[in-house]
Amino acid sequence: MMKSQHRTPLRGDASAWAFSHRVFTEGMRDGVPIALGYFAVSFSLGIAARHAGFTPLQGFLASLFNNASAGEYAAFSLIASGATLAEVAIITLIANARYLLMSCALAQRFAPGTPFFHRLLIGYDVTDELFGITISRPGALNPYYTYGAILLAAPAWAMGTALGIMAGNLLPLRVVSALSVALYGMFLAIIIPPARQNRVVAVLVLLSFAVSYACGVLPGIRALSEGTRTILLTVLLSAGAAVLFPIPVEEEEAHAQ
Amino acid sequence: MPSNYLYIAVMALVSYTIRILPLTLIRKPIRNRFIQSFLYYVPYATLAVMTFPAIIHATQTPISGAAALAAGIAAAWMGAGLFPVSVICCALVLLIELFV
Repeated sequence: MMKSQHRTPLRGDASAWAFSHRVFTEGMRDGVPIALGYFAVSFSLGIAARHAGFTPLQGFLASLFNNASAGEYAAFSLIASGATLAEVAIITLIANARYLLMSCALAQRFAPGTPFFHRLLIGYDVTDELFGITISRPGALNPYYTYGAILLAAPAWAMGTALGIMAGNLLPLRVVSALSVALYGMFLAIIIPPARQNRVVAVLVLLSFAVSYACGVLPGIRALSEGTRTILLTVLLSAGAAVLFPIPVEEEEAHAQ
Repeated sequence: MPSNYLYIAVMALVSYTIRILPLTLIRKPIRNRFIQSFLYYVPYATLAVMTFPAIIHATQTPISGAAALAAGIAAAWMGAGLFPVSVICCALVLLIELFV
């Protein structure tokens, strides 16, 4: 890293971002379990989209262009209750704010000289899982690894949503009921492992559960829509945690070594 | 109410902008400690708020939703991935609702 900074900023090592059959295949291999998981989870997302009055084509497009579980789910819930475009924009922003941080992290991993369009393409599908497998590879980011995984994950996500909308009314009520918790299972799989390792996160998760429950019961606050409550609580709880327990800043330097 | 395609366009625009802005504009690490910390905590707060109590209302009976929540937390705690945790939650709801 240091060396390349001292060199004239001519070109980086082009092999870092060049297409390689091996790297692309590795990406596809790692994309298989992600695609399977996405397919199952997006199926239950389709059930939520159906409640919002989305057709299979609309659900397909929404998922193809959003690639966001929590963000889409929150938006569909709001749309189902007749939300304005501004409300939908804000909830999408809040629920997807974590991708901002992930994109910041990914931005640091591009080898100097990587053609600009790769940033535009990688930005298409920054999700918890794809970010996870991309950032955990050593060295500079080879976009073709991530493209391999996206090639499987993105269509699975979009098709699962469309099928969820189509099959939502064909399946027995009992099966729909069971499938509708798939998304929450995915959320738990994202938040619980860090909560196990970090006590502040654990307390934040528990507190979020408690406050969320209380806000659904308390008169006054209860009258606010679910989406509005999610926005308010997320901002308040995260800001509170950030003020009381700021994360150590040194970590970034440690990674750069 | 706006057309669904308008909703989709707004969602897509916001989602893509969030991802693309840091990738294209911010080439240096964010130094502000509050923003770093805030962004770090946001996913946990949002997902937790959206999961509970909604998971209990999502199922036919609150008991199966609560059981799915408990099982999902336990499975994720023990290191199960995204897909297994989802399957465990779904299977438990299906099983409980066969009897309740």
